[in-house]
Amino acid sequence: MEGLVNIFVRSVFIDNMVFAYFLGMCSYLAVSRTVSTANGLGIAVIFVLGITVPVNYLIENYFLSSGALAWLGAGFANVDLSFLSFIMFIAVIASMVQLVEMMVEKFAPALYSSLGIFLPLIAVNCAILGGSLFMQEREYANIAEASAFGLGSGVGFYLAIVGIAAIREKIRYSNVPGPLRGLGITFIVTGLMGIAFMSFMGIKL
Amino acid sequence: MSSMDKEPLFSAKNVKLLTTPLNDENPITVQVLGICSALAVTVKLEPAVVLAVAVVAVMGAANVIISVLRRTIPQRIRIIVQLVVIASLVILVDQVLKAFLYDVSRQLSVFVGLIITNCIIMGRLEAFALGNRVWPSFLDGVGNAAGYGWILIVVAFFRELLGSGTVWDYPVMEKLGLYTIGYENNGFMILPPMALITVGIIIWVQRSRNRKLIESK
Repeated sequence: MEGLVNIFVRSVFIDNMVFAYFLGMCSYLAVSRTVSTANGLGIAVIFVLGITVPVNYLIENYFLSSGALAWLGAGFANVDLSFLSFIMFIAVIASMVQLVEMMVEKFAPALYSSLGIFLPLIAVNCAILGGSLFMQEREYANIAEASAFGLGSGVGFYLAIVGIAAIREKIRYSNVPGPLRGLGITFIVTGLMGIAFMSFMGIKL
Repeated sequence: MSSMDKEPLFSAKNVKLLTTPLNDENPITVQVLGICSALAVTVKLEPAVVLAVAVVAVMGAANVIISVLRRTIPQRIRIIVQLVVIASLVILVDQVLKAFLYDVSRQLSVFVGLIITNCIIMGRLEAFALGNRVWPSFLDGVGNAAGYGWILIVVAFFRELLGSGTVWDYPVMEKLGLYTIGYENNGFMILPPMALITVGIIIWVQRSRNRKLIESK
């Protein structure tokens, strides 16, 4: 249990998707104009990451990695399909996003219309694929750890996007130099937020 | 159509496809695409150049393939078709890197795989390759990838120079003798947030030189 909390807190604050790895920057910059849409996208990302990382963990460990097919019989023990992982991961993600889209449309039509095009775009959000690839690289021991990592990364993304949206709502009233207006200042503020998040690096869990 | 066929390979229109993404429609600083993978690999120049070349290859090839298939891809499943084409090309690139540039491919870690979700590629397939002939699509792909690549290389150049005092592992600062007069490497440049701030400054410089890009409030 302690290990799970550790992984969760690490992935929210220390290995934050946005500030430490720059993943999901495109939607982070595009959807962060107002807090309400940022909120909706953040929740959708938590949901998709929380599902796809464990699902991809199962696929990785029971189908793709070297020797994973041993449960099919002795003849399959040497099969290594790990080169297929990119295509499998993206297929799982695309179908999960489709599922989320249908669920949101059915149960929260207001949110569905406010998110619009950004909901299907979660499929090409690098934070989502990055979550699965980091799960693969870090070799988590079991599915609970993979789920904790997936959820934590989602929460980290949520914090980042809602934070920047709040700052951008206020910055609209400031007198930013012309060439820096909009995108430029958002980059620099993100950098400063990243520096703030780096202060969590010293925490030993 | 027949007049189109006789169009020279590098007509003014085609050259424009190649050059506007370098400045006026730069994918990173103007269209805000593909930033995800752009920043994390810019600590050193070498992986940045490798990633830029990989993206040029994937994007050129993906645009050509989608443009060849554009009349046969059903509208409803085009996103999945595009993802499959991109993912297959990225697998090729990944395997080539592992075979010939193993150290760099370790440094790039997950970011080779993340070329799949690089929104520039998806965006150009949607916006251009699905509606255009093969050669212009190829130029458009290469141009946009190059526009992405040069930002990557500029950011990596400054971060490596100021952060580690080297350029492509060549100890520039040491050869200039700056350490003996008290210069120290700015370790902060190696940390992630400085990549964002560097891009912010590039945007600032670019927009003050090219004022039509300035955003209204």
